[in-house]
Formats: sequence, C-alpha cells, structure tokens
Amino acid sequence: MAYTEDDLKKELETKEYEYGFYTDIESETFPVGLNEDIVRAISKKKEEPEWMTEWRLEAFRIWEQMEEPEWANVHYEKPNFQNISYYSAPNKKPKYNSIDEVDPELLETFKKLGISLDEQKKLAGVAVDIVMDSVSVATTFKETLAEKGIIFCSISEAIQEHPELVKKHLGSIVPQKDNFYAALNSAVFSDGSFCYIPKGVRCPMELSTYFRINQAGTGQFERTLVIADEESYVSYLEGCTAPSRDENQLHAAVVELIALDNAEIKYSTVQNWYPGNAEGKGGVYNFVTKRGLCETNAKISWTQVETGSAVTWKYPSCVLKGDNAVGEFYSIAVTNNYQQADTGTKMIHLGKNTKSTIISKGISAGKSQNSYRGLVQINSRATNARNFSQCDSLLMGNECGAHTFPYIEAKNKTAQIEHEATTSKIGEDQIFYCNQRGIDTEKAIALIVNGFSKEVLNKLPMEFAVEAQKLLEISLEGSVG
Amino acid sequence: MLEIKDLHASVEGKEILKGLNLNVKAGEIHAVMGPNGAGKSTLANIIAGKEEYEVTGGGILLDGEDIEELAAEERAHKGVFLSFQYPVEIPGVTVTNFMKTAINETRKAQGLEEMPAKDMLKKIREKSELLEIDRKFLSRSLNEGFSGGEKKRNEIFQMAMMEPKLAILDETDSGLDIDALRIVANGVNKLKGENNAIIVITHYQRLLDHIVPDYVHVLYDGKIVKSGSKELALELEEKGYDWIKEEINA
Repeated sequence: MAYTEDDLKKELETKEYEYGFYTDIESETFPVGLNEDIVRAISKKKEEPEWMTEWRLEAFRIWEQMEEPEWANVHYEKPNFQNISYYSAPNKKPKYNSIDEVDPELLETFKKLGISLDEQKKLAGVAVDIVMDSVSVATTFKETLAEKGIIFCSISEAIQEHPELVKKHLGSIVPQKDNFYAALNSAVFSDGSFCYIPKGVRCPMELSTYFRINQAGTGQFERTLVIADEESYVSYLEGCTAPSRDENQLHAAVVELIALDNAEIKYSTVQNWYPGNAEGKGGVYNFVTKRGLCETNAKISWTQVETGSAVTWKYPSCVLKGDNAVGEFYSIAVTNNYQQADTGTKMIHLGKNTKSTIISKGISAGKSQNSYRGLVQINSRATNARNFSQCDSLLMGNECGAHTFPYIEAKNKTAQIEHEATTSKIGEDQIFYCNQRGIDTEKAIALIVNGFSKEVLNKLPMEFAVEAQKLLEISLEGSVG
Repeated sequence: MLEIKDLHASVEGKEILKGLNLNVKAGEIHAVMGPNGAGKSTLANIIAGKEEYEVTGGGILLDGEDIEELAAEERAHKGVFLSFQYPVEIPGVTVTNFMKTAINETRKAQGLEEMPAKDMLKKIREKSELLEIDRKFLSRSLNEGFSGGEKKRNEIFQMAMMEPKLAILDETDSGLDIDALRIVANGVNKLKGENNAIIVITHYQRLLDHIVPDYVHVLYDGKIVKSGSKELALELEEKGYDWIKEEINA
C-alpha cells in the first residue's frame, strides 16, 4: 500500500524524543526563586572568591532592572523566574581518578547517549569534559593537554586555579549588562567549560563538551570561556541532548571566545534539546548568547546544527576588531511540529580588510516557524571589509513558516556586501523520483535534506558530521505530507 | 513479464487511460508512440506507481503479480525502472551518492547485504565508460545545472547501474543531439538481454533507428489502437497520426 499523508501524520504523532529518559541520581537542589541570597548561596556553594561573588551580584542587580526582550519572531509563555531552582548538583562531588569510581547510574546515562566514558577513553583524539547538571564530573585527557600548557577544565575550577585569566576575560566579550539572559546567566551560572590555548600552540585534539539538563525544574546556566592566545589554534565541539520532560525548561547559556592575534577558533555545536511533543507541549527554551572577538589576523568559525528546543533564540556572533580578521557562521536550523527558532549571527566589522561569511540553512516542517536574523555591520574605520551571506530555506508541507531578517549597516564606502537567499520546498516530484529508484520516502527526505545542508555539514569535524546527519534524519522523520 | 489488462486510470477525476491492453515478454523491446495528450506519460507513471494517478479499472501484472497496491519504491525493488521525461534536480546530492543509496536500498529490500565499496566503484567505472560519461560528472549534484542531453544520459546511466527487469524510457530522445542519441541508444542496446524488457515511449521514429523495437504500438485517446512491427513506426513518421484517427473514427 502506498504511503499516504495519513500514515505520515500518524507516524509524526507517535514519534517520540529519542533520548527521552531520566536519570535518577540524588541531587542537591536549591529552593525555587531568585534573590541576592540565592546568588550568594550559589557562589558560596562553589567556594568562589569574593570578586566572583561581587561580579555575580552586580549582574543580578542589572538583571533586576531589565525586561525580557520581545523582538524575536517567537511566541511562548514567559518563564516565571521566581519559580525556577537555580542550582542543582549531583549529590556527592567526588574527584574521579578512574572511570570505575563514577556512579554506575551516570555511566548508564552516558551509555544511552552513546557517549559512555568507556568508549570516550578509547576514542583517541577527543577529550571530554562532561557537564552533568551543572557540575563537571569527569575530565579526561587532561594530562596530554597539560603537557602542551593547554588548560581545559570546568569554569568553576578555572575560577579557583586560574583566577587571573578568568578575572581578565570573563564578561569582556559578553558583559553582564549585554542582554536580559546574559545578565541572568552572569548572576547564576552553575558551571561550564574553560579553555586556554597558550601562545603558538596548536591544540592536538578536538575538545568537546557534552551538556545535559537532568533535574526537573532546574534551569541550566552554562558559562563557557575559550581563550586562544597569539598564533594558537583550537577546535571546540559542543553537543547536547536532554531528557524528555513535561514542563518547559529554561536554558540560558553564555559563550565567550577570544582569538588573539593570528589565532584561530573553530566552535562547533550540535544542539538537540528536547523540542516538546507533537502537540507543542514541553520542550526546552534555549536563549543563548554566543560571541567571539577576533584580534589582528585572527579567525573565528561558528558552525551549528540546531535540531532541538521548543524555542531557540541564538545569534553566535563575531566582533572583527583587528585588521584582516575573519568571521564565519555556518548554520543548519531544523524546526518540526511546534518548534520556533529565531537564529542567525552578527558580524561586526571594525578592522580593515575584515572578512565575514554567513551560510544559513533553515529547514521547517510541521507547524514550526524558522527565522534567520542576521546583522552585518561595517564600521567607518573598516576599509575594504567584505561580507558574503547566503540564507536558504527548505519547507516541508504547507503549515510551516520560514522567515529571513537580514540587517545591513555599512558606514564605509569601500564595503562589499553580498546577500543571497532562496526558499524551496521538497517537491512531490523529488520524492517520486527517489521512490522510483527504490528509495523510500523517509530515506528520500533524509537524502534531500542532507544535500541541502551539505555546505554546512562539510564544515563540521568528522565525528560530529556523522552525528549531525543522524540527528537531521531523526528530527524530520515522517514530516512530509 | 508485464501484462496490462483493460487499464482505466484518471488524474483529478479526468479519465486518461480508457481500457489499455499491453503484453510485454522478457527479451522484447516495445515502442509506444502517439500524439500529444494520448496518455503515453500517464502510462509510464502508472506502471512506476506515481500516486496522483488513480486506477479505476483493470490491472497491471508483473510476472503474474498484481502490483497495483505496491508503493513506487516496492515496484522499483521488483525491477521496474523509469527513465524520466523531466528528471528532477536534487541539490547537494551527487550522482554517485544517489546511485549508491538507490542500489543499497534496493538490495536491502531484497534481503541482500550492501554492495561493497570496491564493487560499487568498479560498476560505476564500467557503466560510465559505457555511456561515455566523464567521471567528474558523477561528483556533481544530481541533475543540477545539467543540460537536457546530460540529464537523459544520466537517466540511462542510472538504468545501467540498477539493471532493471523492466525499463520504461519516457521520451528519452527529446533534448538529445545526434551524437548523444547514438551513445544513449548504444547503452540501451548493450543492456538488453533475454531476461529483461524495455518499453520505449517516443514521438519520433529517429530513436527507433538506433533502438530497434520488436513491436510498435500506437496509443491514442487512452487506448492502444494499432500494433505492428517496426515498419509501423516508419509509416507513422511518413504519414503522421491523422490517418489513424480517421481509421478509428470511421
């Protein structure tokens, strides 16, 4: 029997989140609500120095004065910030020397995720700093990195061990007052990763972090700081999956990248937070601020594959401060069912001969809304700045939406800015053509979507590209009618 | 191999095929000719299993099995191949990747292992030589930016790769220059064997100079109204279709 639209709809409804499970580990969770005492308590819990506590309090006071932004093309019930618990840590906080000491239940969780530490340890070339509900529980390959003088640890550890670096750079790219969510994150961030690559060092392996929300009602506030000193290179991978949950979960991360003269940072993300069920219930709110600073001849590349979250608000950006700096943004954003994504980038050209490239691929299915929002800003001193932007949208079915909001501000006459945009639909003719060659509809969609996304998938490191392709297929199963 | 009995079919309520009969045996080449709007492409699409077409009467048997309820991919798995009149573009998917997926999906459906990469490469090399296709062409996105002739040649390349039991060539000659026509026809002839059959749908005689049919059928107003040997094609070329219309209406 031929595959009908009804079959597809049925499949769509029964399609559940692949990683929807919940690990029952005893946690120490703060009471709900947010005030100065809670901020102090978080800081104390983490045994932070006084300057850090003060920094958090300053952020909190700014946040209190701010309003939640409404300009994004997304609609959702605003979180009640007094109804969220701002700290949750796996109960005992041991320092593991070997994998045998890790809580077996935690290992089981990793197994379900397909990233068991056992495997990870054997996977040469990848060091993993796994963030399980706000606290780093295991770090591998640290010694290899240490030999090169590379620091790769949790941000909490960095605050203790490398206060001079943290103090100097934290908030230098995304200040506390930058925006509502960044201020909130600055006040209450639980943990995150810190990375420092010394002068002239090429990091010999891909650094990767897996994030995971794992405590009912706990907001996740990650803070990441990556510093690439002069002439250094690092490729950083960030991937995440979250368990299925009924209530909305707030995720407001901040990532700051600093590429000093001649340095290069590649930052790749595969994001698969729980998107809510087929009726649009539940799902993660993902309000993220990501920004990088490029000094002279430096380069920052953001590559992201966004398949999850109920609501996404995210604009990884580059400030091209030094002459000849290069910024790149490669993005695939997939929305299905009732998901809403408003994502894009900002390329701020300050230095001479700065160059930026934006390739954005939006794929919308179901009743979802997918928006690209980008700003290319050429400042008056930025002589001979160049930008190329390409925004492609692919639609499936008749109930979804794709939107493009490109903003261009050029204050220097020598600027060269190109913008290309296309919108296409997966056609029945394309599907039939594939069917006729023996390829069923699911596989045909995967093939077409992978083809559409290829320019971006090619930018991902090998091990991530495979995972990303799989995610695209999972996210879009049964979505063409 | 293929038996079409009193086939009635419609699109969006409009009847296109009105009691069509056709018998194709293994080892045979059949040509189906006819004026525009006679239902030639509809016939091709119905055999291949396109969903918009509704069969309202009669049936299609492949090796004695009624295939009407089968999805297009299931028919493909049983060896039905359609060379499209207007092949679609799939950006970002290379010809090689597309063929690899098509062959392995078909093998999977037949309970076979995936074809080893070495064998796949060998086959690609062999068939691309047969159709005089530049290897660089195979790394391009499927049909994207291809000329009309390249698209058709690529269809026949795919046919060579899939080795179908029943191949239907829907206006494969349109858009081909004389050299390309010769190459494509040569490819088709090499693929012909005792165990497979080919249906050539065309407007013109010229393709049939190169691919010599065992039978020629005239499709007019949803029915096969005349069948004959290859000489019938020459007669049609010379006299057009009007005399057939007159014969029927008389």
